[in-house]
Amino acid sequence: MSREVHSGPTDETQARGTPYSGDPEGGAGLPPEQLDKLPLDSWHRSKGGRMVPFAGYEMPVQYEGIIAEHLWTRENAGLFDVSHMGQLFIHGRAVAAALERFMPGDFQAAKDMKPKYSLLLNEEGGIIDDLMATRRGEDFYVVVNGATKHGDIAYMERRLPGEVVIDHMRSQALLALQGPKAAEVLDAAIPGVAQLGFMEAGPFRAFGHPLWISRSGYTGEDGFEISIPAMAAQDLADWLVADERVKPIGLGARDSLRLEAGLPLYGHDLDDRTTPVMAGLTFAINKRRRAEGGFAGAMRIMAELQNGAPQLRVGFEVEGRQPVREGALVLDGEGNDVGKITSGGFSPSLQRPIAMGHVATGLAEPGTALKLEQRGKLFDARVAAMPFVPHRYHRKGAA
Amino acid sequence: MSLYFTKEHEWIRVEGDTATIGISNHAQEQLGDIVFAEVPDAGRRLSKGQEAAVVESVKAASDVYAPVSGEVIEGNQAVADDPALVNTDPEGQGWFFKLKLDNPGELDGLMDEASYRDWIKTL
Repeated sequence: MSREVHSGPTDETQARGTPYSGDPEGGAGLPPEQLDKLPLDSWHRSKGGRMVPFAGYEMPVQYEGIIAEHLWTRENAGLFDVSHMGQLFIHGRAVAAALERFMPGDFQAAKDMKPKYSLLLNEEGGIIDDLMATRRGEDFYVVVNGATKHGDIAYMERRLPGEVVIDHMRSQALLALQGPKAAEVLDAAIPGVAQLGFMEAGPFRAFGHPLWISRSGYTGEDGFEISIPAMAAQDLADWLVADERVKPIGLGARDSLRLEAGLPLYGHDLDDRTTPVMAGLTFAINKRRRAEGGFAGAMRIMAELQNGAPQLRVGFEVEGRQPVREGALVLDGEGNDVGKITSGGFSPSLQRPIAMGHVATGLAEPGTALKLEQRGKLFDARVAAMPFVPHRYHRKGAA
Repeated sequence: MSLYFTKEHEWIRVEGDTATIGISNHAQEQLGDIVFAEVPDAGRRLSKGQEAAVVESVKAASDVYAPVSGEVIEGNQAVADDPALVNTDPEGQGWFFKLKLDNPGELDGLMDEASYRDWIKTL
């Protein structure tokens, strides 16, 4: 049997946007001592987590198996350790206006404790990272991707005025509890969290420590992301998995869940040559900012908003059972290269292969029949509306 | 009957001049949930080391090589229809294909079961 070809986020090459070929461990030949350990490293191992290199950390890719963990999260509640992500606290004079230099959101009018999805942009309008930013009083709490966090900090520090400071909250762990039973489970430990609506956040206390909890996630399910001092993370994790509705979930299922939810993964579906318009993320460009511009890459992005982008990020439903993965080519009826697959795999919920990729704008309509080419083999595929599996967020005011 | 293993984590069960080939329990554990398998058609000629079958898990795609040369007698349709069989019974019903051996001498130098089980402990 050959060495396996990886697809998806189990290695630290993700930030470079190149598919990685390696062994089943995602080994990448890096000696373990060069990898950082999560605060819950020994906890993951004690739960049977298979640890792989990812974003410079040893992280659990799975415990009992990706499909079982995926389906558990869709039906119950899954606990994810995403402490590799960068948690930043950005503060100082006129911080909101300063953040608007390289992000297209309206930070000046941002409401307190309402997380906003935003994009860190380069001068060409390419995406350096995607992130969540939340106003906390006069300051901003920002969560960026793990593999890109050091570059993000350096980029922002170069562009922020001297009076704005980024604190990298290295002593905070980040846990996510996701799934239809997440709210009832978490509210028993931390009364009041169930009062949050989707994309609302606030300060809480539990296990003798202050927590910051937002109702958000990366699975398409209802759920929470919990910032907690690393020293208290194990108490919370133990408390949660003691509940029979909760199981620990690895990176493998995190990837298949977010793919079904149509959510892009930085370094794969997004990179520094992809603009927000190409990525189909124009909702992250605020109305006032569209009118005023004044953010990195605004010229190009505003032109693309007006005239369209040459290519778009779309979903694909693939015929047959064989997964088509990152790196496969997208071909039109004449065999012309019209795009590429940026994420792909087998959907545990739909029991079929699905994929995400970039395709020429004229071919991006859902239903468009295209071919995908992988390792010399052609697959029939159709452009599909995303999400593949409907989101089930807890929106206030909705039933 | 003799059972051999390769460093590519494939097993070969030999009865007379017929070899049945699959992937080891260690291999399926490493792959995780298997969602796709493609097996060769009867009559196909395979030389040693040639790509013979495909196995894909949620995370990874792999080729299964012909560990010895020969003509395919049968591909395991049960595995193509239900790839999870490779997870549940990798060294039994989850076999991939059967070959008529060209040259039994090619089996020389392969590991026996005890050597293989010892070797994977060192990985």
